[in-house]
Amino acid sequence: MTKAVVTIMLKEGVLDPQGKAIGHALGNLGFSGVGEVRAGKVIELELAETDPVRARAAAEEMARRLLANTVIESFKVELA
Amino acid sequence: MKAGIVVFPGINRERDMAIALERSTGRAPRMIWHTETDLSGLDLVVIPGGFSYGDYLRCGAMAGQSAVMQSVRTFAEAGGYVLGVCNGFQILTETGMLPGALLRNASLRFISRDCYLRVERNDTVFTRGYAKGSTFRAPMAHGDGNYFADDATLDRLEGEGRVAFRYAEPDGAVTLSVNPNGSARSIAGIYSDNFRVLGLMPHPEDLVDPLMGGEDGKPLFDGLVQALAA
Repeated sequence: MTKAVVTIMLKEGVLDPQGKAIGHALGNLGFSGVGEVRAGKVIELELAETDPVRARAAAEEMARRLLANTVIESFKVELA
Repeated sequence: MKAGIVVFPGINRERDMAIALERSTGRAPRMIWHTETDLSGLDLVVIPGGFSYGDYLRCGAMAGQSAVMQSVRTFAEAGGYVLGVCNGFQILTETGMLPGALLRNASLRFISRDCYLRVERNDTVFTRGYAKGSTFRAPMAHGDGNYFADDATLDRLEGEGRVAFRYAEPDGAVTLSVNPNGSARSIAGIYSDNFRVLGLMPHPEDLVDPLMGGEDGKPLFDGLVQALAA
């Protein structure tokens, strides 16, 4: 079994109001020096495939087809 | 006109839509459960608002992959008319039947109030009941209505006249102050390239009776019936 971790983020240039709100709240809590904050999501997949190349290819296909909306989001797949 | 309404688990505006369609067509629309795939005999398929499959992952993402949406895509490719409102608009973008995507409202707040929509053109089956450039009132109820597409796509939509409605002042002026959700170029609704698929965020179906507070949305449904009268 292979564990794949898919990280999905809004693309550069896509407004991320959630990230902005988090950054604002960090400022209110007294944390200084925080620049841009971006929020995304992480999806962990347990895959039966043991070959790392095929497992990665499968996870990337899942990300393209469903996990990410590539109009607004980019993704990266890491095997754990 | 024979209309059908797609019903997903988690949808909550299908009865409002049925009332609006029945008022204009004189007959109850067919309710299409999300596992059905036979759309034969229909002139118009409506995808209503709500929270299909809980809107897990992204708004409309799960519904976009459903069996019935495959049929809706085939129906549209064969020249069928499709109207998607609110979650329905989100679902149509998730399937790629309409370009762009709906992001979280720029305010991060759920919006539940009326807006005015400016009719960008009235030579489509959806807008023939309105005057070009006129406005009508429509209720909004959404958390993710912030229309996004890249600049090239937005330019193409505008160049092809595919912007259906923009958020506007009652007099028709498009100003930043009445853009409720941060939508690019104040876009509230768009057409497909053959003008047979329309997606919009506000709810014209919720203003079709004086008892609802107005009939601003009724010309949309009356116009559809006139255009698609069989």
